[in-house]
Amino acid sequence: MNLTLKVWRQAHADDRGEIKTYEANDIPEEASFLEMLDIVNEQILEKGDDPIHFDHDCREGICGMCSLNINGVPHSKEKGITTCQVHMRKFRDGDTIWIEPFRAKAFPIVKDLVIDRTAFDRIVAAGGYVEVRTGSAVDANSVPISKPDADAAFDAAACIGCGACVAACKNASAMLFVGAKAAHLNLLPQGQPEKDKRVLGMVRQMDAEGFGNCTNQYECEAVCPKEISADVIAKLNRDYAKAAVKEAVGR
Amino acid sequence: MNSLGKSLCAFWNSSIGKKIVVAVTGILLVGFLLGHMAGNLLVFAGREAMNDYAYFLHHMLHGAGIWFARIGLLVAVVLHIVATVSLTLHNKASRQEKYEHEATVQASRSSRMMIVSGLIILAFIIFHILHFTVRVDSGLADLKDPLDASRHDTYGMVIAGFNVPWVVLFYVVAISLLCSHLSHGIASIFQTLGLRSAKTEKATKALSWGITILLWIGFLIIPLTVLLNIVNDKEAAGQAAIENSAVHNLTGYRPSLNQVPSAE
Amino acid sequence: MSSLNSAIPPGPLAEKWTRYKDSAPLINPANKRKFSVIVVGSGLAGGSAAATLSELGYQVKCFCYQDSPRRAHSIAAQGGINAAKNYQNDGDSVWRLFYDTIKGGDFRSREANVHRLAEVSSNIIDQCVAQGVPFAREYGGLLANRSFGGAQVSRTFYARGQTGQQLLIGCYQALEKEIARGGVTMYPRTEMMDLVKVDGHAKGIVVRDLKTGKIESHAADCVILATGGYGNVFYLSTNAMGCNVMAAFRAYKRGAYFANPCYTQIHPTCIPVSGDYQSKLTLMSESLRNDGRIWVPKSRDVAAKIRAGKMTASDVPDDQRDYYLERKYPSFGNLAPRDIASRSAKEACDDGRGVAKTGLGVYLDFRDAIDRLGKDTIEARYGNLFQMYNKISGEDPYTSPMKIYPAVHYTMGGLWVDYNLMSNLKGLHVLGEANFSDHGANRLGASALMQGLADGYFVIPATLPSYLVNETPGSVTTSNPAFREAEEAVNARIGQLMKNGASGTRTVDSFHRELGFLMWDKCGMGRTKEGLEEAISKIPAIREDFWANVKIPGSTSSLNMELEKAGRVADFIDFAEMTCHDALNREESCGGHFREEYQFTEEDEDVKSGFTNPGEAKRRDDEFSYVAAWGDNGPGKKPELHKENLEFEAVTPSVRSYK
Repeated sequence: MNLTLKVWRQAHADDRGEIKTYEANDIPEEASFLEMLDIVNEQILEKGDDPIHFDHDCREGICGMCSLNINGVPHSKEKGITTCQVHMRKFRDGDTIWIEPFRAKAFPIVKDLVIDRTAFDRIVAAGGYVEVRTGSAVDANSVPISKPDADAAFDAAACIGCGACVAACKNASAMLFVGAKAAHLNLLPQGQPEKDKRVLGMVRQMDAEGFGNCTNQYECEAVCPKEISADVIAKLNRDYAKAAVKEAVGR
Repeated sequence: MNSLGKSLCAFWNSSIGKKIVVAVTGILLVGFLLGHMAGNLLVFAGREAMNDYAYFLHHMLHGAGIWFARIGLLVAVVLHIVATVSLTLHNKASRQEKYEHEATVQASRSSRMMIVSGLIILAFIIFHILHFTVRVDSGLADLKDPLDASRHDTYGMVIAGFNVPWVVLFYVVAISLLCSHLSHGIASIFQTLGLRSAKTEKATKALSWGITILLWIGFLIIPLTVLLNIVNDKEAAGQAAIENSAVHNLTGYRPSLNQVPSAE
Repeated sequence: MSSLNSAIPPGPLAEKWTRYKDSAPLINPANKRKFSVIVVGSGLAGGSAAATLSELGYQVKCFCYQDSPRRAHSIAAQGGINAAKNYQNDGDSVWRLFYDTIKGGDFRSREANVHRLAEVSSNIIDQCVAQGVPFAREYGGLLANRSFGGAQVSRTFYARGQTGQQLLIGCYQALEKEIARGGVTMYPRTEMMDLVKVDGHAKGIVVRDLKTGKIESHAADCVILATGGYGNVFYLSTNAMGCNVMAAFRAYKRGAYFANPCYTQIHPTCIPVSGDYQSKLTLMSESLRNDGRIWVPKSRDVAAKIRAGKMTASDVPDDQRDYYLERKYPSFGNLAPRDIASRSAKEACDDGRGVAKTGLGVYLDFRDAIDRLGKDTIEARYGNLFQMYNKISGEDPYTSPMKIYPAVHYTMGGLWVDYNLMSNLKGLHVLGEANFSDHGANRLGASALMQGLADGYFVIPATLPSYLVNETPGSVTTSNPAFREAEEAVNARIGQLMKNGASGTRTVDSFHRELGFLMWDKCGMGRTKEGLEEAISKIPAIREDFWANVKIPGSTSSLNMELEKAGRVADFIDFAEMTCHDALNREESCGGHFREEYQFTEEDEDVKSGFTNPGEAKRRDDEFSYVAAWGDNGPGKKPELHKENLEFEAVTPSVRSYK
């Protein structure tokens, strides 16, 4: 199939950047979206130009590295997948495809479609863990966890930290990411002792990184490749309110 | 600053804290709207019921009650607006670079115009207070209850006020915007306070739409029935006021005689 | 040729680790603070080592090429992690896990290391659960297990099909906790370009900041490499696009020995190749073999019709189907180990009975499992995998069988290490897939996660002091001339790569593809002397062409992914040559290394007795029961072989039979 690509090109962080148009010809239907870009890049390289830079690594939907906004929607409008899982059979011959980076103040562009998501790491460092020194753990079966609780924690833990939630949100809010991490740990007995500290710390860091706030539109949920529910945001709000009250009354 | 003060500051300065302020003030405002609507509907019970109710509001706790309520509402409105405007500015800053090709997956239209609908509602509230509370229009302000000339004729004021098509049109637009605001706002209260989950999603949605539609009907039925002359001023006491009303002078509107039936 | 000292502690096998820990040197907390450690790689091995060493008080610097430590390719492991917990009461024990792993590795691994691995396996599960890893659970709230290839007990702990992800996130969270505390300094988007040796000891690294192109030196009291495997030497593999051998190969160039590079694991259940644009292969978890049945048609004609689209799987009646694993290995059936399952698929396809369009594919069929257990149960067990398959292939595995084919997945070979996980280069420690130590010639399913975490959480924290106690903390700084020399070498190499700039004639990928296809063809599932010699004769030409004609536009002082790839491919080319030498040297078949000259035939006693089948891998213990550790002999020269003889005290190597 033949396609027209409208791709965001930006040489470096301080460059203004612009949309450039490329023709992608003879793309096999079985190719993945990133393989389509590989083919286009080979053609760009043939001409001696700088290829389109984009982040990618595992190419099987789990590392969270790939991060393209395809026709205005992070990871494309198909539900529950990452960019690397988008396949060209979902497009039609002659389509025009807009490809842009995930945009947010907290995710500065490094080059072209490559962004810096270290803000997420700093949020996790602000409380997204259980403090357990290696070697100090008790036997794994000494704390039974009901299957529904374990499953709910898993649903939240499925987050791959890709940042699509931020990219889709009109406010570039990271609430789904933060909510997922908080819910994963707060739902488990192991996460209870640090629950309040965790939520206060992560939310403070989230605000400091310059993410927006949630206006409950759930665009994040719609584009999340792991289909994490916005319920985790409700839970984060609830846990935060409780923690803030406890902090205020000094408990 | 003591530690409680510090905690409160931290709460207000956090995005979730501000949102909780928006949600809690939102509950107060929705509660007020429901009460206000219930009171307004007394217009269908007739002049005496309506004016009794107005008299009661103005004289409870020797007249202090209404001021408590007004101050409470004012604080709620101010907090609601300050918090949302501040959050919105923060949001705009968080996404400075727009997408060249924008798309929306599931965000409702209402949810995307909250700040606009909110600010228009603010304008409407100011108009509404000037119209029916401060009564800048002396024609409406001076109305006296024909059954008890010692008190203001709220009933007559409503009938006279809503006999003006452009006023009604403005009310319809504003109340519709208000309900658009609420359709997203009420559901958001549940989410922001952490009361929503996939299990309760349907119930919260139904409840928020139920309240929204109830308010829409409850508020708009009054101006519309008045304009369509289904509810009217049987005592015709407002007639003179209408003739002198500054509002009507602005539009050049004059009710014709057959629209205002004569007194019994 | 010299022999290597593996530093295995004395005593009976089952007591070695305990005795070692009792007698190993300790460093007191006040002194630990003075020691600095460099960890390259942030996957399960590197991340867990960095976090744990920081908890102990060392100053740690951790490096990864990805934008965050959470993206390391450990994340893609699907199936599970083994541990000898015996929660199922099905007769499991440390000994059995040890024995299964040794046997699974075709008796080409070091007993003491493997036994230690089995011993600490239980602690790993405890640690991960405490971190909040949401393993699958029974309704009673206790942990669930499943069985995996190469084992007859259920000892695999799993978190849906995302076990690697959940373990890595647990490890990443521990790492972030230490970063926040100040114990670890993290350097994402930073690639190790060279190892720095001072007085024969590894004392630092030279890195390139991938965002700015800046070349920088970091010194420490020791260096730990946890940089994963080299599967991408084959171009197409289940590895992430960025996985590479550069760090390990740079260490090799600085004198570290590379052990058993020819032991590469070909995973039997991957989605078949569909075209030449393909950039990577996707693994379908081995756990699918618990319920899926693998087959091809008995007749070539039927297979040809299926390939041509004139027939479908459901048109083939049961008596026309060859469930070849069940036929050949009745007691393990579809759960035969990976190397055996892969080779059987290749045999079936080479016989003209493949069912994918390219002829390279076999069926993995859930029809019977769905009939027996119901669609809901199958969906609960494998729903996400089926969905993934559907997204990639566009076919629905609930109604038509999956098509699978083997693909390069894991590399058992790696830098040579002793019992302390230290290389022959003093101060250089190697963990996880990057070392060679625990899996012999073939790795069993659910063992890679176990080894990575064992090395990082439990082994290196206990063995590192053995090296450090003899060192003066902070004795080497980047002002040492060795760093300047290494930086100059790195800059010179980058200059050499970039000399054509955009005017080169061939892209990096075109070289990588050429090399990969040569390796797959000559050094893949079946290897011969002639084929390997051919590859060895062809690789120098690829190298020459590469350095003369590679095209890399862009600058060295900003993000330049072509330059990154070029550096990695340059090392893959040299590494491929060494791998072929190793494969040529090893004149036997074992595990993932199958030399077609060495297989059982009808003449062999073990075949006559019915113990094994013709065509199975034939080891030659008398001559090849050793680790082949290769040392660099300079550019263009054959590497030098060093041997570590494998002593088996507790087990007796036998013909590996899964019949």
